[in-house]
Amino acid sequence: MADQQFETPAFRELRDNPPIKEGVMDHSQPYVAKPEHNEPLGFPGELVENWEEKAVAKLGDLLEKNKALRVYLDSCVKCGACTDKCHYFIGTGDPKNMPVARQDLLRSVYRRHFTTAGKLFPKLVGAKEMNKEMLDDWYKYFHQCSQCRRCAVFCPYGIDTAEISMAARDIMDHIGVGTKYSNEIIAKVHVIGNNLGLPQPALVNTMEGLEEDVEEETGVQVKFPVDQEGADVLLITPSADFFAEPHVDGLIGYGKVFHQAGINWTVSSYASEAANFAMFIGSYEQMHKIANRIRKAALDLGVKRIIFGECGHAWRVAYAFLNTLAGPWDFLDPKYPRPQHILEVTNELIKTGGITLDASANDDKVLTFHDSCNVARATRMGDVEGGQFTIPREVIKASVNKFVDMDPQTICEKTFCCGGGGGLLTDDLIELRVKGALPRMEALKDVVDNHGVTHMAAICAICKSQFSKVMPYYGFDMDMVVSVHQLVSEAIQLGTKE
Amino acid sequence: MAAYNVNGNDIEHDEEGYITDVSQWNMDLAQIIADAEGLDMTDEHWAVVNFLREYYNEYQIAPAVRVLVKAIKKQFGPEKGSNKYLYELFPYGPAKQACKVAGLPKPTGCV
Repeated sequence: MADQQFETPAFRELRDNPPIKEGVMDHSQPYVAKPEHNEPLGFPGELVENWEEKAVAKLGDLLEKNKALRVYLDSCVKCGACTDKCHYFIGTGDPKNMPVARQDLLRSVYRRHFTTAGKLFPKLVGAKEMNKEMLDDWYKYFHQCSQCRRCAVFCPYGIDTAEISMAARDIMDHIGVGTKYSNEIIAKVHVIGNNLGLPQPALVNTMEGLEEDVEEETGVQVKFPVDQEGADVLLITPSADFFAEPHVDGLIGYGKVFHQAGINWTVSSYASEAANFAMFIGSYEQMHKIANRIRKAALDLGVKRIIFGECGHAWRVAYAFLNTLAGPWDFLDPKYPRPQHILEVTNELIKTGGITLDASANDDKVLTFHDSCNVARATRMGDVEGGQFTIPREVIKASVNKFVDMDPQTICEKTFCCGGGGGLLTDDLIELRVKGALPRMEALKDVVDNHGVTHMAAICAICKSQFSKVMPYYGFDMDMVVSVHQLVSEAIQLGTKE
Repeated sequence: MAAYNVNGNDIEHDEEGYITDVSQWNMDLAQIIADAEGLDMTDEHWAVVNFLREYYNEYQIAPAVRVLVKAIKKQFGPEKGSNKYLYELFPYGPAKQACKVAGLPKPTGCV
């Protein structure tokens, strides 16, 4: 990747708006999917004939099915509240990364074809044709949106740019213009069961290796079962947890928690993936297909309970959509009628004495916490409003003695995206990813300098990989990012309970 | 499609430089890819590459970073058995850059 030359943005003294740099990210776009990536998903292999008309027709179709989309396209009053809220705008200064400008790429085509004023007086109302120039802009700038929805928090009308970006990507896929990164991965899930392409024997080998490691380290035989029929719990976790650092340390933590709580669990090699990249490309059909692997695995293994590991958008899919996508879940234990998040489970066990933690095991660290966008703005944990913010922090504080939150403008519902979400965690977008991480890196720098923070915990596989990759660009050590269950793993007391 | 030229033979690679047919790999090719990546191949680099290939032959996937770290630790001692050391060898990441040199497909997903 030596050919990718760019400058890492400097930390801003005051958190003011970046100088406008027109067109500065005009070159940034992900690799286009090839026919072998598109066709298994039922999309045309390459750009179809009459794609202009077909794109407009697909937009019409989406407007029928998704009333919210029409409201979002109709209701913007150009107040400007969103303009400086996007991490990609802050990091790049490209005005097309202002959320309103991004929305306008789709809105202008909508106006031209679906509003009376736009049909009669296109120039007066900013209505534009769907042409090659427009398609190029769509491909570039709808892939500079991580669908994190921070802008929507500040929009007085609640316009959700993520929905608009999903719609645009869905339209592009339907005319044969998708991204290699997402479409290759989705096709892999359909065949192998996970994003990584990890086949069953390799999964078993990996999990056996973890059993050996944990026993060597602790003297305790903690099981990491695969395809165990009759287990009570099916763990659905991102496949990065089987592969990458620091993700795997989190997986070790889940295993220790289950062990100590006496919970009989398993992962499934058929549904060995929590992630559902179909959400990123706005495809309901693909999302449905991926989610149904979880249902099939749960039924085949005869589990009574489903628990999701640390994955941001997976929890959105699980929390908000899983019942419609793959329900009803009436075969689950009535005490746990919906899929749970591992943090809900661990937090409950801490509170009820089901597990005991010794926070001094992490006394070499001072922690802060990065709220993942999808968890923060699209889900909840527990049964109290804001549980998605308090529960992860409660678990961290039970595992470590020193915890400091970052600037309130950058956490909880106002959290910044890591810079790699929404299907953008690919090497061909590294410049965008580095620049988009700027606001999070600034907030981290503040707590490092002023409060001696040594580590930042995250609960999303994308966040963890993204930070490991981009933090060195900002002078931070890649090991600073940790899994929340990695902290639990260090602090948990294994063995006989007193 | 673009290709590496190895001793007069073209070996195709994708837009990121990963070869498209795993079976076409050889050590001369690995050296050419390493040169293009700006890597100075040492015994430790080759050990990583060889381990990746052995693991891939058995499991049709690259090993987890943790598994790779363990293997290198066993061969070269505890001071080299860390993720950090692997990053020193392959600055663009042991999973991706080392796979490229070893002729394996790029690991995909949230990694």
